[in-house]
Amino acid sequence: MPIDKTIKTVLVIGSGPIVIGQACEFDYSGTQACRVLKNEGIRVVLVNSNPATIMTDPEFADATYIEPITPDAIEQIIIKEKPDAVLATLGGQTALNAAMKLHEKGILQRHGVRLIGADVQAIQRGENRELFRAIVEKVGGESAKSIICHTLEQCFSAVAQLNYPVVVRPSFTMGGLGSGIAFNSDQLEQIAGAGLRHSPTSEVLLEESILGWKEYELEVMRDRKDNVVIVCSIENIDPMGVHTGDSITVAPALTLTDVEFQKLRNLSIDIIREVGVDTGGCNIQFAVNPQNGRIVVIEMNPRVSRSSALASKATGFPIAKIATKLAIGYSLDEIQNDITKVTPASFEPTLDYIVVKTPRFAFEKFADADPRLTTTMKSVGEAMAIGRSFPEALQKSLRSLEGKRQILSFQPI
Amino acid sequence: MKAFLVLDDGRIFEGKNYGATGKTFGEAVFATGMTGYQETLTDPSYHKQVVVMTSPHIGNTGINPEDNESSKFWVAGFVVRNPSPITSNWRANDDLEQELVRQEIVGISNIDTRALTRHLRDRGAMRVGIFSGTELTREEMVVEVRKSNQMAGAFLSEAVSTSTPYVVAAKGQKRFKVVALDLGIKAATPRSFAERGVESVVVPFNTSAAEILALNPDGIFLSNGPGDPAAMTQVVETVRELLTSEVPIFGICFGHQILGRALGFETYKLQFGHRGINQPVLDRTTGKVEITAHNHGFAIKAPIDQQFTTVYGPGEVTHVGLNDGVVEGLRLIERPAFSVQYHPEAAAGPHDANYLFDRFISLMDARKVRA
Repeated sequence: MPIDKTIKTVLVIGSGPIVIGQACEFDYSGTQACRVLKNEGIRVVLVNSNPATIMTDPEFADATYIEPITPDAIEQIIIKEKPDAVLATLGGQTALNAAMKLHEKGILQRHGVRLIGADVQAIQRGENRELFRAIVEKVGGESAKSIICHTLEQCFSAVAQLNYPVVVRPSFTMGGLGSGIAFNSDQLEQIAGAGLRHSPTSEVLLEESILGWKEYELEVMRDRKDNVVIVCSIENIDPMGVHTGDSITVAPALTLTDVEFQKLRNLSIDIIREVGVDTGGCNIQFAVNPQNGRIVVIEMNPRVSRSSALASKATGFPIAKIATKLAIGYSLDEIQNDITKVTPASFEPTLDYIVVKTPRFAFEKFADADPRLTTTMKSVGEAMAIGRSFPEALQKSLRSLEGKRQILSFQPI
Repeated sequence: MKAFLVLDDGRIFEGKNYGATGKTFGEAVFATGMTGYQETLTDPSYHKQVVVMTSPHIGNTGINPEDNESSKFWVAGFVVRNPSPITSNWRANDDLEQELVRQEIVGISNIDTRALTRHLRDRGAMRVGIFSGTELTREEMVVEVRKSNQMAGAFLSEAVSTSTPYVVAAKGQKRFKVVALDLGIKAATPRSFAERGVESVVVPFNTSAAEILALNPDGIFLSNGPGDPAAMTQVVETVRELLTSEVPIFGICFGHQILGRALGFETYKLQFGHRGINQPVLDRTTGKVEITAHNHGFAIKAPIDQQFTTVYGPGEVTHVGLNDGVVEGLRLIERPAFSVQYHPEAAAGPHDANYLFDRFISLMDARKVRA
């Protein structure tokens, strides 16, 4: 299917301020989106509250609004600019949440604007834990045993069934904000209490602990013809219990046999189909029990994520760019592969090298922060390295952190 | 110990011995899958081929008793950049290198597999030898490689095919019986049939059409396998006889090339072949793209843009490789026969093309309804 001619003006929602848990990767993806839309002759209207980004440079959009990313402000922009569509899947969780609010308040319907990239139902199915669990079950996957709670009392009665430690995950937050692992009732009160406050829906999920399991992520893209490709598999060195953003990660996954990898691949494809992301990318996370291979689906992001930026750089498959093209109507086989220039984007990159990403911490600058790694992201940046072997890539990436003696060595420090 | 990888054109790579020591010869091919080395090693289609893995670390998941595609390793030699020093997988029961030694597969490690792959991509698949623990000079090694057998014209079915027929039972209720002509069949194919309630009778490559039809099959399957399809005159004749029988026929890989030749098409050797598990193929009937497992060095020459006519009636190219436009699937329009160049049974590889087994079953269904 070629480009959708009814889309003449697109409102791109940016990711707002750079915070721990949501860094410049969404500036990168949003900038790519603006560039693609402009090249296709589409008028680009951009809203981002953060002027210190590349995407807000004047040349990237036809109209740039440095305004708060709130439904009211965005409605004003919609009234003024009359876009045909809103693209919110490339601005991280901030943009996605904003789009959901626009929908809930009836603003999109009122002004006849549609969401492209992922529709409201798909976003809900991907982000709402109960709906997502049902989907995982429907496609034959398994989720960690869990209980949804809206009050602290509910949390305490849930723990009676799940036993400590339990993982606390607030709904609709980014970078794992407000989440953590509770080993006793004091910790539960502290973490779940904060989680209930942070969650826009006052909702937290308590989950059986899969601490120490192997953690994998797959980057998936799907078009409206139902073509699906797995762009990249990523394996975390730090197991379940440490947030992916704080973990050293490796692409491609190195410790799965083909049988096991294909199980993850099939589950990912079935999940993206069932969730209904049909014009873009998503990221699906799995935990695998190292003792017996039991697979638990952790979550999905129905949008371009932090890992998508890593996967793009690791494989040369420009996820943000292609996600934008899919959103405006193209299918994967109509988009050119940026590296070969002659073959289509409907392929799965294969690597003859190893990519390692290492987080950069700055605990020395945050005296009060607890430097223990948990399911809440604490790193402030990351370095990625490509090498022809795992040791090479690991050392290069550690060295790129520019910390003193931050390489692995047998010499005494 | 030092080891040498010596190409037909005189280029030599120096590395370390890996697996068994000694010398081995074959056709140098590269495989790009990032998972599935155990399936690759045990795939009979790799008979007489020295496989270069482009993925840098091999052996990470060891060897397990469940993922074999046949009873032994078939590769003539194995080329790896960095073998994993440890095994990390819960199903592994042994270390890969130990198993290579046990099965006497000569390999080489610590060479620049990227340089080697580029060389093969630019100049085409060629003969190769791996030498370790020999006293030969470089010149003598090149001479030995040039004395070894070529893949073009090679007839290898006899070495890989079963010598006596055997049955793989259907899981659950048996719906159909398929006779599978074994040209180097992988275990995943009868398994894929069994999962769909189809019993497979796997018969030797030289079984005649009359013998096959005497088994009263609901369908006939032509398997994958090694060698040059042009050397398969006898099997091609068998398939021509089978085509007149109206029994549905399904071919995979080598079996697809045999069907193509039976329909009157030529086959040719690709420059460097397709070997990997990430190949995009367009299904022209649905317009959809599937990511598929490939392992072929030859391909069929058939008109892509229009229907063609054969003595068995009109036909068409159903699947095309999106990377280079190679014919990846064929079908006859008025007779129940079709084939694909790639591997819907996967192992290793994605399961996107599984539906082809269902397509075969619906052909068998349709025939039953008519009867």
